[in-house]
Amino acid sequence: MRKILELKSLTAGYEEKVVLKGVNLMVKENDFLGIIGPNGGGKTTLLKVILGILKPMEGEISPDGSERCNIGYLPQINQIDKKFPISVKEVVLSGLMSHKKIFGRYNSDNKQRAEELMTQMGIIHLKNKNIGELSGGQMQRVFLCRAIISDPQLLILDEPDTYVDSNFEGELYEILHQLNSHMAIIVVSHDVGTICSHVKSIACVNKTLCYHDSNVISQEQLKAYNCPIDLITHGEVPHRVLKQHK
Amino acid sequence: MNDLFELFQYNFFLNAVGAAILASISCGIIGSYIVARRIVFISGGITHASFGGIGLAWYLGLNPVFGAAVFGVLSALGIEWISKKTDVRQDSVIGILWAFGMALGIIFIYMTPGYAPNLMSFLFGNILTVGALDLYLLLGLCLFTIAVFSFLLRPILFVAFDEEFARTQKAPVQFLNYLLIALVALAIVLNIRVVGIILVISFLTIPQTIANMFTNDFKKMIFGSIAFGILGSFIGLLVSYRINAPSGATIIFAFVILFVLAKLVQLVRLSVKRKSVVSNN
Repeated sequence: MRKILELKSLTAGYEEKVVLKGVNLMVKENDFLGIIGPNGGGKTTLLKVILGILKPMEGEISPDGSERCNIGYLPQINQIDKKFPISVKEVVLSGLMSHKKIFGRYNSDNKQRAEELMTQMGIIHLKNKNIGELSGGQMQRVFLCRAIISDPQLLILDEPDTYVDSNFEGELYEILHQLNSHMAIIVVSHDVGTICSHVKSIACVNKTLCYHDSNVISQEQLKAYNCPIDLITHGEVPHRVLKQHK
Repeated sequence: MNDLFELFQYNFFLNAVGAAILASISCGIIGSYIVARRIVFISGGITHASFGGIGLAWYLGLNPVFGAAVFGVLSALGIEWISKKTDVRQDSVIGILWAFGMALGIIFIYMTPGYAPNLMSFLFGNILTVGALDLYLLLGLCLFTIAVFSFLLRPILFVAFDEEFARTQKAPVQFLNYLLIALVALAIVLNIRVVGIILVISFLTIPQTIANMFTNDFKKMIFGSIAFGILGSFIGLLVSYRINAPSGATIIFAFVILFVLAKLVQLVRLSVKRKSVVSNN
């Protein structure tokens, strides 16, 4: 499988503070990677480096700069200004920014693609609504449309399961599985129970990064890498019993 | 009614009407950006910082508008730069610039020998003394602002809505931010002549807030702000003529009355809507 992104002995952080140290990670096409780890462990910092909005202090990312593959991004929705005067339709279209020159116009093909996606996600009836009028689940769908409208090679989701009901959570992972056939996916989550039953591999981030090439991860492994994580979920969540660590 | 038509025979009144329309257009567009982006406080800081430029220009015997423009744009770019590059809190920096600009302005004015009659008009504005040069400057600002927003509306909107996402899409975020904050500064400085330092902020926020009550669409908000801006400034001008009060103050007064009326209309509409929802279920 083709490699689309590689981090080599990467160190990153802010000002004087090092948040990530000696991180190695390779993402290949059709990967479905779950990133877990405690708060403050560096999950967000890692995402920022991959997204190209934070320059690493040391180490290398390849490909770098403008060579970097096209990335779709779904941020945490509590970072969005919900009073901002923008319609659902426009938010979805904004996902095409990387394809447009600064003076580029949005043509009817772009608009049609946006409508198709919104229809698939079942939010077409909301297209003229203001973003702030939507529920958490609806908003996630809008941001997912925005993230994938450019047909990225890599889709990154930052805690997509917060602020949504478990109903949508199941639906979300179903959508992600479909998308995974033609794009690599990285999901950051604090809900290990859910994430482990959906992803193909897991990276545990706590200053360093530990990669597990399967979605089975034992309590001991978690402890060893100092990742205290809540394994309790609510309702009918697909689950998997973890093997004893030998 | 007759003396209303008579008013339009006066050149100064025609100039005032032209200035009000041009100010409504430029402030309507830029103000929609300011309100949507929640940078009203930054705009207040730039407005007051530019007073330092007015004082300095006065002291050096230059045109105060140019002094204000230099100070306004530099402080705007400075605020943008400081908040991006250092870890100083942005609102504290604005507070410092705000006070420093005013202090500098006052010091220079007092150091200038002789009486400074026009400075009051910079503080409180006087739309009735607007001259041809002011009108040309306002017209130029309007044309430039319209050009920027018609060619770059979507990038501007998308970056303002979610800057971090725009960065991940390799959009020219920094260029747009600097361009727009400079445009905000220019709009403020050139419109100071019309309504004055103290009141320019209301031209940039009240019509937009009214428009925002009726629409959540950025484009409609711009057109609505321009319409409410023109309506408010016309009412203000007429009242100012009738009761012989400073026009800057009456225009703002008219804006606030319009704001209160709009709020009432909105409340009535909301309660009607609620009743129909309840009775339908």
